[in-house]
Amino acid sequence: MYEMIAFYLFSALTIGLFIVTVMSKNVLYAMTSLAAGMVLISGFFFILGADFLGVVQLIVYVGAVMALYSFAMMFFDATRDIKEKNTSSALVFLLGGMSALVLVLMFAAPMHSDAITALYPMHKGVGNAQDVGIVLFTKYLVPFEVAAVMLLVAMIAGIILAGKKMDKSLTKDTAVDDEILVVKDKK
Amino acid sequence: METTLIEKLPEVTWVGSLIKAVLILAIISALAGFGTFIERKVLAFMQRRLGPMHVGYYGLLQIAADGIKLFTKEDIIPQNANKLIFMIAPVITAATAFIALAAVPVFPDFTIPSWIPLLGDTFVPSIASDLNIGILFVLGMMAAGLYGPLLAGMSQANKWGIIGAARTAVQFLSYEVVTGLSILAPIMLVGSLSFIDFNTYQAGGIGDWLIWKQPVAFVLFLIAGFAETNRTPFDLLEHEAEVVSGYATEYSGMRWGMFFIGEYANMITVSVIASIVFLGGYDVASMFGWFFIMAKIALFFFLMLWVRAAWPHVRPDQLMWLCWKVLMPLAVVNILITALVMMV
Repeated sequence: MYEMIAFYLFSALTIGLFIVTVMSKNVLYAMTSLAAGMVLISGFFFILGADFLGVVQLIVYVGAVMALYSFAMMFFDATRDIKEKNTSSALVFLLGGMSALVLVLMFAAPMHSDAITALYPMHKGVGNAQDVGIVLFTKYLVPFEVAAVMLLVAMIAGIILAGKKMDKSLTKDTAVDDEILVVKDKK
Repeated sequence: METTLIEKLPEVTWVGSLIKAVLILAIISALAGFGTFIERKVLAFMQRRLGPMHVGYYGLLQIAADGIKLFTKEDIIPQNANKLIFMIAPVITAATAFIALAAVPVFPDFTIPSWIPLLGDTFVPSIASDLNIGILFVLGMMAAGLYGPLLAGMSQANKWGIIGAARTAVQFLSYEVVTGLSILAPIMLVGSLSFIDFNTYQAGGIGDWLIWKQPVAFVLFLIAGFAETNRTPFDLLEHEAEVVSGYATEYSGMRWGMFFIGEYANMITVSVIASIVFLGGYDVASMFGWFFIMAKIALFFFLMLWVRAAWPHVRPDQLMWLCWKVLMPLAVVNILITALVMMV
């Protein structure tokens, strides 16, 4: 009973918040509602008894990914509305159609619910984190390691891209000062 | 020492959890007010002053005076601010701080005596919601707390606010890494994410405390905890000398007070985590077990005030240098050594 109420509450709120994310012209509204929606999605994991995944959702999406988005938001004027360019109607048609198709499939899915069984059911008495760990390090070891290597590659690439001028201090760079002085003199 | 009393505890009903939640809200909010008084007094004594003395005996009623001032002050919303987000942001700070407190053991458990109508015989647990991944939940909720200062700074159309918000994002994101990595080594030793398992692991007395096995992790966690609760050597978010008041520049009245309550609740949360994970936690078997954990929490709270009186602020670049070039490598090395020792 509680699960039912919580599920419908979380669903309605999540969908509402994500609609705001898509429809809003204001950067701040979009970002806040996306973050709040991510928090509510972790609620679904808690309802299903997957505490560990719920907390991982919180830490990864709310704590890290969304915080990085918001860091990028620093470059915008958050108090002003953004005018979006109209994209081609063909693209809108294609994307809308695909979303509609996915929606139909999702609503039709319960017809097949008998055929769905958990491949790796949770064990009684074993913690959530242990269950996830066992599956990760046996069945999904290769994808797990590949993902780790990919993240490492991305990190090294990021450091190389950003680190070209790392040995130069921006505050001690007198050349910049000279440039500014030159510009001022010309004025 | 017998610590298997947990099994003998009565079942937790939803009424018990609800009472616990209300208790946490009421007591911690009041403690936050009292914390400001203690902070002013401790700082005053360390600087050879007297601190608040005029309101009430020894200035004790200063809390009431401050409270009246906060509640009755005009709630100003700047003209060009994003009003909705501006109003929500303080609530996010306070709410995430209190949600984090839901998963830590705060006060002793007790049963309401049966002569009280309606609620008699209800068992009130020490943890409002006993998750078996408690530590991760608390860390995740404290990570979500960064949205309070961030949105506050971005919505107020004030350049100090924007700088405060940018600093929030940088500081909290960086030090989350250190918090997580430093607490990972004790988690590896205990093999569980539950606070109760941590407590039982260290039940054998002072010699069993994890601080002796993980001194580096303890120091790293404390430093990162200071940064995550926005305490003084690292309180760049609202550093008066540089950015007026940072993200809180435009706030007044109770909205500003909510930031304050959230900060103090977070300080208490970090103190609770530090005392349970590193300093042995509470002793369920003896009568004074709860007294000892209160003393440990108070010690950490006092330490935060002490550091504020003793240390100057750091610069933002020093903050980043400390996090990524000192603390993070140390934490990783600590984990590697712990893993090697455990394997051998």
